[in-house]
Amino acid sequence: MSTKANREPFFVKDCALVTIATGQKAQNLKEMREHLHNIHLGSIYHHFWGGLLRPRFDEPEYNNDFAEWVHHALQDNILAERLSVIDPDPFVNLESLRQELLEAIDQRLDEIGTLTWANPDMQFHFVRAQMVVFDTRGKIEEPEELVEAVSKMSVGSIFYHFIDARRRSPEMMDDFRAWLRSCGHEDLCSQVAAVDPYFGSLEELRTQLTNLFAHYFRRVSG
Amino acid sequence: MTSIQDYVEVTGENVIDRLRQLARPLRGMKVVHVNSTYVGGGVAEILSKLVPLQKDLGLDVRWEVIRGEEAFFQVTKSFHNALQGIPVQLGDGFFKIYEETGAQNSEELRSILEEANIVIIHDPQPLPLLRSCPNRKGKWIWRCHIDLSHPYRPVWQYLRNYVMEYDASIFSLADFAQPLPHIQYLMPPSIDPLSEKNMDLTPEEVQATKLQFGLDPDRLIMLQVSRFDRFKDPLGVIKSYRLVRSFARSLQLVLAGGEATDDPEGAAVLAEVRNEAGGDKDIHVLLLPPDAHVTINALQRGADLVVQKSLKEGFGLTVTEALWKGKPVIGGDAGGIRLQIVNHHTGFLVKTPEGAALRARYLLRHPDKALEMGRIAKELVRQNFLLTRNLQEYLSILVALVYGDQERIELQLKSAP
Repeated sequence: MSTKANREPFFVKDCALVTIATGQKAQNLKEMREHLHNIHLGSIYHHFWGGLLRPRFDEPEYNNDFAEWVHHALQDNILAERLSVIDPDPFVNLESLRQELLEAIDQRLDEIGTLTWANPDMQFHFVRAQMVVFDTRGKIEEPEELVEAVSKMSVGSIFYHFIDARRRSPEMMDDFRAWLRSCGHEDLCSQVAAVDPYFGSLEELRTQLTNLFAHYFRRVSG
Repeated sequence: MTSIQDYVEVTGENVIDRLRQLARPLRGMKVVHVNSTYVGGGVAEILSKLVPLQKDLGLDVRWEVIRGEEAFFQVTKSFHNALQGIPVQLGDGFFKIYEETGAQNSEELRSILEEANIVIIHDPQPLPLLRSCPNRKGKWIWRCHIDLSHPYRPVWQYLRNYVMEYDASIFSLADFAQPLPHIQYLMPPSIDPLSEKNMDLTPEEVQATKLQFGLDPDRLIMLQVSRFDRFKDPLGVIKSYRLVRSFARSLQLVLAGGEATDDPEGAAVLAEVRNEAGGDKDIHVLLLPPDAHVTINALQRGADLVVQKSLKEGFGLTVTEALWKGKPVIGGDAGGIRLQIVNHHTGFLVKTPEGAALRARYLLRHPDKALEMGRIAKELVRQNFLLTRNLQEYLSILVALVYGDQERIELQLKSAP
């Protein structure tokens, strides 16, 4: 196990999104397909993950904006279900996620005879975001401190360290695992890897991670 | 004057700390906001709060207002209507009046605008200023507060030529974005929780306001607060009230609004509303002065039903204000109201006076449900539509403009870019 002297502390950061309209919009499935083919990859990322930073009042019916739109605007529940089950986390990059979406839409276009048009005020607007990252001044020196530190993190910090980190790291690894590995806690890393980042809110993720760290360090110290 | 530190109580220290970090690379930067009125309407209200706070964070901020004759504001009101989708008759001299007023204002403002690092032009009235500033040094942003989802094309084509020359635009919703050759940011506006319009009031103050305007405090009150503007559908609200009243005999209706100096149609719409109200003593049409913030606050807190039955709406700050006071809102299914009313959670979206009446009956019948919706409504505003959030988004956009189109901008504690 590494010692405090030879490893970096965990610097707690936070983030805010600047939302940008791409100007691209779709009113039917064919238009959706055409735009998806060329759209900025950041837009695909935003429509899968950005919802986590939006307010939620109940469990979302579908887990990404594409599936939501197909359900609400086109009333195509077959495609909505197929799109909704696409889990973005295991994809090695956003380009392969794009291809998966296109595949599902192409299959549906082959099945349906006529196109359904969304109401003009129910069009799908492709949006992307720029992220501004803040240093919170928070610093974690010892792995055991994660229990309290994570429980106090903002949802922006959870998003930055647990979700956005997967795009930053070549191994698609969240910041907690990367740091815990440097501390020699490989077994804890595998438990963190088992936390599903996609189906749940950021508040739920925070609680899940806090509980996981608490349970682990209680066991280790006991 | 309120300082940024005053907001700690509402938002927590973390939020304020973020604002300070965001503002650090922008310190000393000359920022100029330009719009067409100091009083009346949501834009002036937001700027009156935002500008002092941006100053407090170390930015060198000015707020300038363009001047114009009555004819100019007739033209810009027509433009406003047209951008919200109403076909308008464009008189021969319309474009000339618009361009000449722009040129006259630029004589006065040119040196300030050309020296600025960032110029933010609000709505269409001051758009032509950019062309009169050939030696401009900074970035120019057009902040559109209007529902531009389905503009009347001839007017938009004319104004778009001005907009295209800007470095960026900001819209309240993705639906309002247009094909433009520059980056388009999305940012809903906000309310100030510490302002006279939104601060806490005592039950006695609310009661006194009801009595002041001849309302019976023991009877139900249905309220719409908005300018007297056809897009706000005040006649539709009267129709809804009449439908609800057949089930709730004690209902009183309050239509409260002020006048904006840049809205010459207000008087005509007010006359239509009074005519429609006829001799009904339970319809209270209140024309309030622009500084009647505490009165509006009290009316919103004292209302049993809050309605904002707009047919078109850029954002609808009166909706935000009512939600912040824990009131579910029955709102028109339009523009920015959709961002705020999460159907069945923070209120109801309706398309007709009949729909508004139906939802009003529901809320009167289920007071517990109304209370729970109001609690969620306040939380929605706390998380998304307070001034501090708006300020954070403004600063983020300015930082993004300074740093360029990088996907991730890392702000360091000590270093500036």
